[in-house]
Amino acid sequence: MLAEDSVLLREGLVGLLARFGHEVVAAVGDAAALTESVSAHAPDLVVTDVRMPPGFQDEGLRAALALRTADPRLPVLVLSQYVQRAYAAELLDTGDGTGVGYLLKDRVGQVEQFAEAVERVAAGGTVVDPEVVRQLLRRRRDPLEALTPREREVLGLVAEGKSNGAIARQLVVTEAAVGKHIGNILGKLDLPPAEDTHRRVLAVLAYLRG
Amino acid sequence: MIRRNPVRPVGYLVSGVLVGVPLLVGLLVLGVVGAALTPVLVGLPLLALLALTGVPVGVVERWRLRLGGGAPVTGPHRAPDEPGLAAWARLRFTEQATWRELAYAVLLAFVLWPLDLLVLAGALGVPGAMLGAPVQLAVSGGDTRIAKLWLIDAYGQAFLSAAGGLALLLVLLWPLALYARARAALARLLLAPREPEQRLAEVTKSRARLVAAFEAERRRIERDLHDGAQQRLVALSMTLGLARLDAPPELAERLAVAHAETDQVLGELRELIHGIHPQVLADYGLGDAIADAAERSAVPAEVDVDLGRYAESVESAAYFAVREALANVGKHSGAKRAWISGRYGEDRLRIEVRDDGSGGADPGRGSGLTGLADRLAVLDGTLTVDSPPGGPTVLRMEIPC
Repeated sequence: MLAEDSVLLREGLVGLLARFGHEVVAAVGDAAALTESVSAHAPDLVVTDVRMPPGFQDEGLRAALALRTADPRLPVLVLSQYVQRAYAAELLDTGDGTGVGYLLKDRVGQVEQFAEAVERVAAGGTVVDPEVVRQLLRRRRDPLEALTPREREVLGLVAEGKSNGAIARQLVVTEAAVGKHIGNILGKLDLPPAEDTHRRVLAVLAYLRG
Repeated sequence: MIRRNPVRPVGYLVSGVLVGVPLLVGLLVLGVVGAALTPVLVGLPLLALLALTGVPVGVVERWRLRLGGGAPVTGPHRAPDEPGLAAWARLRFTEQATWRELAYAVLLAFVLWPLDLLVLAGALGVPGAMLGAPVQLAVSGGDTRIAKLWLIDAYGQAFLSAAGGLALLLVLLWPLALYARARAALARLLLAPREPEQRLAEVTKSRARLVAAFEAERRRIERDLHDGAQQRLVALSMTLGLARLDAPPELAERLAVAHAETDQVLGELRELIHGIHPQVLADYGLGDAIADAAERSAVPAEVDVDLGRYAESVESAAYFAVREALANVGKHSGAKRAWISGRYGEDRLRIEVRDDGSGGADPGRGSGLTGLADRLAVLDGTLTVDSPPGGPTVLRMEIPC
């Protein structure tokens, strides 16, 4: 289920998702149509732009929030023109933050990462744009200074919603090493230790937003 | 004055008396006490206050002119460039309008209100007494004198007197209205803005229109960039990304370079659009937009704001002012930290940007500060810079809204 007002991008995104084996059941161009067709099609995932007609403000985001409030189990991936922490925060506050994604629109060019994010959100994971995480990391200085640069790197990746395996692959270390880093980080930041990737992400995000 | 409504001129003159009497008392008290205390210096501020009495009187009198049914009169005063009582008083003492208002206040206290009372008594008193004859007769029982002149001892005479009183009243309302009109014209002459003051108001208005047009243009450019170039670039990036997936290795590498370029351009365009008109300002208002600006600031800035939603012109002026202030902190001050606080109260929006830099910022030296002050001035807002050499620098902006 796809909502995007620019025809050019809508067509492009349909092609991109099809390329990775997803079926787009409906592609619409404004927030009202999005709400309608969600109730008609009951999709596995909604991908929507923030800015949509008629007002070109944040109709898409509002519609996504309303959908999530009505059905917290509906996975939603929001594409935003530029990074806005307030958007990310509002989204993560719905349906205990599972099955939510907030990405910069430009990321759709990174087709593999985008496809991965789509799958992760549809499976009930949390995906937050690295840019948002960077801003959050910049904002919270004090306790973060206790972290080593490597630990900070790992924390950023955790906040983006990546699993231990994915982080290990990205940093080219063993999964056990990642686990140890994460244990240290949670200890230093006074966060409850959590095995499950998802709860860990939420704890880290809550910490960064606080 | 409207001729068909006899109540208005009467109301105008009655309220004139009601304003004039306390004003006379106030002027006399201030003058006498001020003069008596001048040797011990306490009197001087009292005399200064006396000189400024015209200002509030002007406000009241312009309001009364509206009550009297004339065209509304705008105030002749300029808004001071800086906040604070001292700046206000300095400006008022140098304005011609202040002295015209004082002249009017003195005239009102010593000449005009007694005249108003005389006209009222003449035009309403005698006919009123004649009208009241039947009642007077009923109360006194035997006979009564109307206005100490005519003896009346029968109800026929009394009703005749009442009819005469009514006719006299209708006749006398004419001169009363004429006098009230002349009286209002005199007030207007002294209290309405003169030509240059009028022109200044016009200039301020047209400046505000210019700023509004500029804002609208800003939003249009932002919309066009977003709906056009940005969407196309994202689509291009997507196409390149897909092409890379399916391309043979040697081509994939060249495509990767093009792809990286595209993403670079996209990033720059995104920042540019955000600089022109940040969406967060429209969506979430000033508080969040300031927090957003602080996060992008080169110097770490702490934000402590408690703000609601205001008119678009106010929000955008305040936002760009804060951003300019942060840019200045980053460029000139050598500061390590900055603090932004914002509050709304008494119909004014107050925002303060502090830094721990070396100070010495001078709004007179054609920095971005001048542009800031101009931007705020259009909204009757003010900008004060307190930046002693050695710091800290504090920028304060106030916008009435």
